[in-house]
Amino acid sequence: MSEGAGMMQISMTLNGKEVSADVDPGERLLDTLRYALGLTGTKEGCGEGECGACSVLMDGVPVNSCLVPSYQARGRVIETVEHVQESDVEPLLSSGATQCGACTPGIVVTAQWVRRHPELLETHTLRELMAGNLCRCTGYDGVIEGVEATLTVDGQSS
Amino acid sequence: MRVLTPTNVEEAVAMLAVEEDLIPMAGGTDLLVHWPEHLEARERGYLDLSGVESLRGMEWSDAFLTLGALTTYWEVVTDARVGREFRLMVEAARQVGAIQIQSRGTWAGNIANGSPAADGVPVLMAYGAEVELASAGGGARWVAMDSYYTDYKQSVKRPDELITRVRVPRAEYEIEVWEKVGSRRAQAISKVGLAITKGDEGWRVVAASMAPTIRRCAAIEKLLTKEAAINRPEDLLKAIGKDVSPIDDLRSTAAYRELTMARVVYHALKGRVSFVT
Ligand SMILES: Cc1cc2nc3c(=O)[nH]c(=O)nc-3n(C[C@H](O)[C@H](O)[C@H](O)COP(=O)(O)OP(=O)(O)OC[C@H]3O[C@@H](n4cnc5c(N)ncnc54)[C@H](O)[C@@H]3O)c2cc1C
Ligand code: FES
Ligand code: FES
Repeated sequence: MSEGAGMMQISMTLNGKEVSADVDPGERLLDTLRYALGLTGTKEGCGEGECGACSVLMDGVPVNSCLVPSYQARGRVIETVEHVQESDVEPLLSSGATQCGACTPGIVVTAQWVRRHPELLETHTLRELMAGNLCRCTGYDGVIEGVEATLTVDGQSS
Repeated sequence: MRVLTPTNVEEAVAMLAVEEDLIPMAGGTDLLVHWPEHLEARERGYLDLSGVESLRGMEWSDAFLTLGALTTYWEVVTDARVGREFRLMVEAARQVGAIQIQSRGTWAGNIANGSPAADGVPVLMAYGAEVELASAGGGARWVAMDSYYTDYKQSVKRPDELITRVRVPRAEYEIEVWEKVGSRRAQAISKVGLAITKGDEGWRVVAASMAPTIRRCAAIEKLLTKEAAINRPEDLLKAIGKDVSPIDDLRSTAAYRELTMARVVYHALKGRVSFVT
């Protein structure tokens, strides 16, 4: 146990590497990633858990990093959009899955999770799995087609 | 801001005993909404439950399915056995936000938050679940979900108590219904939520968003137990009027909610029990 007023040191596995950071107890994982660790691929949209722009994988499952206190990342495995290989993203670009791009990092992260767990599609539709990633530009058809296309890309990174 | 990080339940409840206004932090999906603006929370401290391993996971015994306080919606959604025995838990969990909320949000957090519009609470109540409240010095008591809430966001839980487990009695059900009438499917806050079960212990009818708390509907349960003929939704309105007290708010009006509830109950039971036609 620890008594935490002031800064707190945490370590986590971030994109495959052990990383330590000093975090304020009122800091969100989103802020730690962007401002302390310089990983600005993760975006803030709404800051209230609705839009999914801030999605990262925590122990392999999508979470909204705007709703995770940084101290809860201690000892966990975090993967951000920076960890996704470019070849995995290519189909999204060619299918009109992105316009302004604000939602794209979050969509890429959730899509990566679906890619690793094809069994999810036995119980859920792709639209249901992607429902936490809002997009104001594309009308979703492009997103869903793009994610479908990424599912069949060879040479999975995971 | 401050955070305490206990690693077991004894430590956690001892901390709460010393400082009752500590805010337990589970999945954070209620607590972190607009967190940077929550200035009042900065004066208080948080009690982070995520390091308390014994609060994780689900256990089966002959009599109960027991959820640790950190059990998430997603753990339930992906558990085939829960799907078979407590179908409504999976149905409700699948409609809580989307994966990013289901992966973090906990059943205990849903109970403790006390929203009258919660989705986890009604199905637990319809399955006759009980909540374990633990406090310092080894104190622990089980409280039935249907006597847990006392008023809007108020419950029998004392400030020095932590929810440690939720247990759901294993039973056979002839009827299991869960309905959520919202504005849109994903990530909607419900206007009317309804969970109905009928098993060996009789009918349980639970309404959400219809009163200051989620609650059992004694008058409807009585009507169903008597097997009074119900030929149209309006036949339920009198009982509904006794059971609930919905409000007009930005999501809906009271009259709309009562009629919606009548329709949902009626259509859910029509043809499935002989006296609802
Ligand atoms: C975008 C979005 C969509 C949502 N959609 C839904 C929905 O469809 N349906 C729904 O019901 N909810 C929804 N919610 C609300 C929320 O996700 C749930 O209520 C969830 O179950 C809360 O669990 P948590 O672990 O995240 O709670 P936290 O935010 O960690 O805590 C919630 C409250 O419970 C207290 N608490 C937590 N654990 C304990 C414990 N063990 N003992 C004592 N007190 C405790 C906390 O102090 C706090 O007051 C949504 C939230 C967001 C942001
Ligand atoms: S910024 Fe986190 S969900 Fe919108
Ligand atoms: S591309 Fe603009 S929000 Fe999705």
